[in-house]
Amino acid sequence: MTLRLGLPSKGRLMEDAFGWFAARGINLGRAGSEREYAAQSDWDGLEPVLLSAGEIPRELEAGRIHLGVTGSDLVREKVAAWADRVEELAPMGFGQADVVIAVPRFWVDVETLDDLDAACAAFRRAHGHRLRIATKYHRLTRDFLRGHGVADYVLVDSQGATEGVVRGETAEAISDITSTGETLRANGLKVLAEGLIHASQATLFLSRTAPWGAPERAALERLRERLGL
Amino acid sequence: MTLPAQKAAAWAEAQRLLGHLRERGAEEVEAAILQPAAELLDLYGEDIRARAFVTQDPLRGEMMLRPDFTVPVVRMHMEAGLDPARYAYAGEVFRRQEVDDPQRPSEYLQVGFELFGGRDPAEADAEVFAALASALPDLPLRAAMGDIGLILAAVDGLSTTPTRKAALRRHVWRPRRFRALLDRHAGRVPLPEGRAALLAVADPFIDTGPEIGMRTRAEIEARLQQLREEALAPPLPPEEVAVIDALLSLAAPVPAALDTLRDLERDAPGLGPALYRLERRVEALERRGIALGDIAFEGSFGRTTLEYYDGFVFGLFAAARPDLPPVATGGRYDALTRVLGRGRVVPAVGGVIRPELVVQLRGGA
Repeated sequence: MTLRLGLPSKGRLMEDAFGWFAARGINLGRAGSEREYAAQSDWDGLEPVLLSAGEIPRELEAGRIHLGVTGSDLVREKVAAWADRVEELAPMGFGQADVVIAVPRFWVDVETLDDLDAACAAFRRAHGHRLRIATKYHRLTRDFLRGHGVADYVLVDSQGATEGVVRGETAEAISDITSTGETLRANGLKVLAEGLIHASQATLFLSRTAPWGAPERAALERLRERLGL
Repeated sequence: MTLPAQKAAAWAEAQRLLGHLRERGAEEVEAAILQPAAELLDLYGEDIRARAFVTQDPLRGEMMLRPDFTVPVVRMHMEAGLDPARYAYAGEVFRRQEVDDPQRPSEYLQVGFELFGGRDPAEADAEVFAALASALPDLPLRAAMGDIGLILAAVDGLSTTPTRKAALRRHVWRPRRFRALLDRHAGRVPLPEGRAALLAVADPFIDTGPEIGMRTRAEIEARLQQLREEALAPPLPPEEVAVIDALLSLAAPVPAALDTLRDLERDAPGLGPALYRLERRVEALERRGIALGDIAFEGSFGRTTLEYYDGFVFGLFAAARPDLPPVATGGRYDALTRVLGRGRVVPAVGGVIRPELVVQLRGGA
């Protein structure tokens, strides 16, 4: 019986994922040419499947793969009630980046969520519309702000170059992923003191909805032993 | 029961409930399933996106599958404008669910009753409660009520700045932020790091990057000025915070709760008018034969619903099934009519029953 393992199909994330498994005695690699999205494994019972990192949460949720490597931010954003559908087997120690709320640096009066909420209320009174926060992380941002009782904002969708939207005046603040904060700073933005929504990293997930018969469970046991999980 | 049989039973119950409400003088009304999203978003904010289905109409833009009937019925009433007016309706409402729980369906029936205008709000409150409670005499239901107006009155009665009161009023429906504000204004939490230095410095804008975005420097300076005033305002007196804490944690049968509230009013005379309205409402309920000893008064009731109830709030719950959502809920929402009526206020109170739950409880399922 083989377990289907979803892996990022290119770039640094793929290399680091291969490296993580290699360090635990499982050699994964691309099959065939550079252009071909096929993979192989020297561990009996593991079938690697190369997928776009953004699609891996959906495949895990649907149970079409048993295991998958992707950013913990993507699973939280894309899978409703994620903890019921997938399980975090292991944080893998690479691909670290933070989903944060950032505002213009010259908003010297805004450091905490309390401040952000007060700024939202005053902004709505002054401008007649809610303060706009640009993001691709709609669920994470909304849950975070609702949990902290921030009101009078509205999320606007931004799928790329989000750091530039404030300058372009299509939003007043952003919620985005950053590893060093350099791009934020270069665009005149700062991270709020209480603005960390999620500290993300590449994580090995298990799908709870995939077919888990006795052979699959046995294969998983063997794999866990090898990976030291 | 099969699915078609369940649906048929729920619709039959909805029709029976509608008949009950028509006998109480309600005119039956309808509302479109697709509602313009902009108005609902403006009213409820981003939270509504997490609770309602949003879809795209090629000509009319963003639309929502109606999350309830209240807004369309209010809008319809504000255009027609009879006084008093009683409306009843029945139909599906749609709610996004993020948790896979069979008791939290994403589509279910609501039968509702809305009462606009009238000269006596206490009578109107009691009429709506009695109309819904009397529709379900055969079910073992537990009733609970609260009063958002009392919380607002307690906030208004604080001896503090108008800015602080406005901030607290705005967050009555967000318990966590309300608590954080109360703690801050009571001096229970330290100022954020660097705040004192920021307020003392002559030019806080040195080396703070470009002035980008629509929030202007003047707006930031205005808030800094507000923060300076805030820093000078004395903390809330502990005994006033204690009154709010006592009110929010109150949970007792209505007669005992009234005694507690009368005690609280001695320390907080600002509660007076709201307490008087509650007493009038309780008398009106009593005249309608409602057994008040069986109703729980909960000081925080209605604080986690969407923020449109601003007075009387109530719910009817299946006594033996605490896992189920409330069978009926309702309350007073004068403030919503002020927003939708662009300043024109119509006193409004209403409530809804969920026929599927009624059928489920009857079937013992």
